[in-house]
Amino acid sequence: MRAALESSGTVRTAVISKLYPTRSHTGAAQGGMCAALANVEEDNWEWHTFDTVKGGDYLVDQDAAEIMAKEAIDAVLDLERMGLPFNRTPEGRIDQRRFGGHTRNHGEAAVRRSCYAADRTGHMILQTLYQQCVKQDVEFFNEFYVLDLITDHDLSAGEVPEGETVTATGVVAYDLATGEIHVFQAKAIIFATGGAGKIFKTTSNAHTLTGDGMALAYRRGLPLEDMEFFQFHPTGLAGLGILLSEAARGEGGILRNADGERFMERYAPTIKDLAPRDIVARSMANEVREGRGAGPNKDYVLLDLTHLEPAHIDAKLPDITEFARTYLGIEPYTEPVPGVPHRALRDGAASRRTSTRGAARQHARRQGPVRGRRGRLRERARLQPSRHELAARHQRLRQAGRSHRGGLRRDRVVHGAPGEPCRERHRAARGDAQPSRRRARGRRAQGAPGDDGRQRAGVPHGRVAEPGPRGHPRPAEALPRRVGPGQGPAVQHRPPRGDRARVPARHRRGHGLAALNRKESRGGHYREDFPARDDANYMLHTMAYRRPTAAGAADDRLVDGHVAGYFDHVEQFDGYKVALGSKPVTQTRYEPMERKY
Amino acid sequence: MTATLESTAAPEAKAGEIPSFEVTLRIRRYSPESAHGEEPYWDEFTVLAHGTDRVLDALHKIKWEHDGSLTFRRSCAHGVCGSDAMRINGRNRLACKTLLKDVNPDKPITVEPIKGLPVVKDLVVDMEPFFASYREIMPFLITSGNEPSKERLQSAEQRERFDDTTKCILCAACTSSCPVFWTDGQYFGPAAIVNAHRFIFDSRDEGATQRLEILNDKEGVWRCRTTFNCTEACPRGIEVTKAIQEVKRAMITRAF
Ligand SMILES: Cc1cc2nc3c(=O)[nH]c(=O)nc-3n(C[C@H](O)[C@H](O)[C@H](O)COP(=O)(O)OP(=O)(O)OC[C@H]3O[C@@H](n4cnc5c(N)ncnc54)[C@H](O)[C@@H]3O)c2cc1C
Ligand code: FES
Repeated sequence: MRAALESSGTVRTAVISKLYPTRSHTGAAQGGMCAALANVEEDNWEWHTFDTVKGGDYLVDQDAAEIMAKEAIDAVLDLERMGLPFNRTPEGRIDQRRFGGHTRNHGEAAVRRSCYAADRTGHMILQTLYQQCVKQDVEFFNEFYVLDLITDHDLSAGEVPEGETVTATGVVAYDLATGEIHVFQAKAIIFATGGAGKIFKTTSNAHTLTGDGMALAYRRGLPLEDMEFFQFHPTGLAGLGILLSEAARGEGGILRNADGERFMERYAPTIKDLAPRDIVARSMANEVREGRGAGPNKDYVLLDLTHLEPAHIDAKLPDITEFARTYLGIEPYTEPVPGVPHRALRDGAASRRTSTRGAARQHARRQGPVRGRRGRLRERARLQPSRHELAARHQRLRQAGRSHRGGLRRDRVVHGAPGEPCRERHRAARGDAQPSRRRARGRRAQGAPGDDGRQRAGVPHGRVAEPGPRGHPRPAEALPRRVGPGQGPAVQHRPPRGDRARVPARHRRGHGLAALNRKESRGGHYREDFPARDDANYMLHTMAYRRPTAAGAADDRLVDGHVAGYFDHVEQFDGYKVALGSKPVTQTRYEPMERKY
Repeated sequence: MTATLESTAAPEAKAGEIPSFEVTLRIRRYSPESAHGEEPYWDEFTVLAHGTDRVLDALHKIKWEHDGSLTFRRSCAHGVCGSDAMRINGRNRLACKTLLKDVNPDKPITVEPIKGLPVVKDLVVDMEPFFASYREIMPFLITSGNEPSKERLQSAEQRERFDDTTKCILCAACTSSCPVFWTDGQYFGPAAIVNAHRFIFDSRDEGATQRLEILNDKEGVWRCRTTFNCTEACPRGIEVTKAIQEVKRAMITRAF
């Protein structure tokens, strides 16, 4: 919606969403978005950049982190001017609170950087953007499900004529109300399709977060980047997949083990409960593993808010305390709340160029990221801790909208879109009568926290998949097979035709393979068999490509100038293979250091 | 309390130990493409539920294991997106926020689409009339003059004035519980008024007069009969009727 606000005044813009726009999962974001406004204490974007790089365990493209930290400030102010009702300081400015991993002067102490509206910041962002869209009369196609991306060369077929660029010319979408399949032709397409948490069983993500955007891009041959990284949020309501924002700790909440000990003092002596999420999640898991978990099964830790004033809780954390009351029957004023780590955020994403604005062009070579398709915002500074996201996304989408505006006026030629064959293929495809069964199988393979190929944030509870030879499960083999078009009986309602239900499987493959190949532990990616970070070998982004098996092995033309054959791993599925490549990390001013808090 | 927790902590691993129970859902269905044609009908399903399951979990079980054609909207599953407002045992609620154990699961639980909006299929209604009313009240910040280079200032007290009505998730539970709205669907409805309230009482906004003018319409606030259905229905705990009263008062006193 942010990009549409920018472009719709000048060029005809359609916002396509499989939901009503106010129902996107952005609305579930609670805690706030970080920007160095320095409204309540000294702060600057350089400190924010550093925290981002360190938070991502140095696998962050530092140029991107810098852009993000600088532009987050404008993004927040922009939203305020659109009407977002931020909480306020006594002077009437936007209030800020502490968030995990955000520090003053490179790690000295926690800093107040997160701008928030109670604990429904995401809800307010979504509402505010929709309100502005209503004001500007942006054209929406609600409950239209995008099934495919149309490109003039299919990269997944492996063949692009010498010297040509690949252009995306439209999408195929399915109208949920009528069952009609439509082709939208476009000179520019922006994907902002959210995460893929639903490949896991317990997640804070909505049922609709199935990673469709990434899967569509991947199917058309675009690489997915850093798919092994998935963020664990430390505090989910035990068993339920409902998040208790980090803001609970930002506002003074304390994590305790069964003995009532504030255990984070041992793991992160300086910023304690406000360490980055991967560290907190791992520490929690360790407490549970060593027998200090709370509850009858000793399988969770406690988030203690009881020392806070009820009035303070009501003003700053009304929603999450209500979740505890509604779903667990717990009164957070007087009782600590049980928490376990959850899968929260997809850190990896469809790849795109990382250079800024116009400078991007020369990068888009053959096989390169597709012109006309701008990636999601988060892709820009991959692995940045998620709390940067809301602000950063906002600003990047705004720019994406703007640059399209300019670009489209220059670019008069509409490329002939081979949309028809694509639409026909989807028309002919048959859905599965019960896609839920396949989904469930896949989720069991990917399972509960910690059983996705590594013991990452650890396993407070839940089932662990069959281990593979070296002690880690074999996600790729445990994956469900595809059901080919026509194999399933016709569905009974206007069907989720063809490929819809197959989407998560693609993620699992990328995720599992990439995780197996990164033989180190870094940030959210933790392997017991390789517990240390290995900068010598793995200071690289992982790129996953889908290519036909028939194409030559580890063909370096596939990898877009990135280091080929670095991860020489290829896995075959139904005539296609997942080829892994790699891409260097951009480092500017920060040398990798040990990550301590 | 602890027992509840235990059951939520590991529903899969110890399925046998969880206090689970059978629950029957009586669902009002409408599926013109089926043999039932244009006639709505009732369908019953009995499923096994766990102690902390919500109505949405039971609906999912039915859809995933019994009848894939059952159609309903849902997304977030924890009461923040507004997709799954429906009539459960005669009251408007969000299926994802209603625990089965709280709606008398010993008897069949009735589930119907919300009232007053055209049913498209099963529990899915056409939301367009609802959003059309919302769009009419100009639900966006209206200001004049130059944009400030930084943020607009607002005191905590000024913000508090409209805090309650910013919680709205546009689920339509309130509007579709309103007897006035049921009569002819012409009334703006509580949700639109709540969203007007959100801006009328925002100190940064300058469009209050226009919005009050719109709501002074014969289909506007004056049709409210203060039955409080809306307040009771709101899954976000917004004091909807109070907000409507405040808008009425502002219309008379022109103080906001
Ligand atoms: C519980 C929770 C709390 C969070 N808290 C914070 C926080 O405090 N601070 C922070 O910075 N970040 C937070 N995050 C992360 C942040 O909210 C997300 O990264 C961000 O909102 C993602 O925005 P998005 O626009 O990409 O996706 P979404 O808001 O999920 O929107 C995706 C859109 O794409 C549409 N779509 C998807 N697939 C298709 C398809 N096939 N066809 C058509 N449309 C499709 C959907 O309908 C939807 O409209 C949180 C995330 C969660 C889950
Ligand atoms: S599914 Fe989002 S409100 Fe119920």
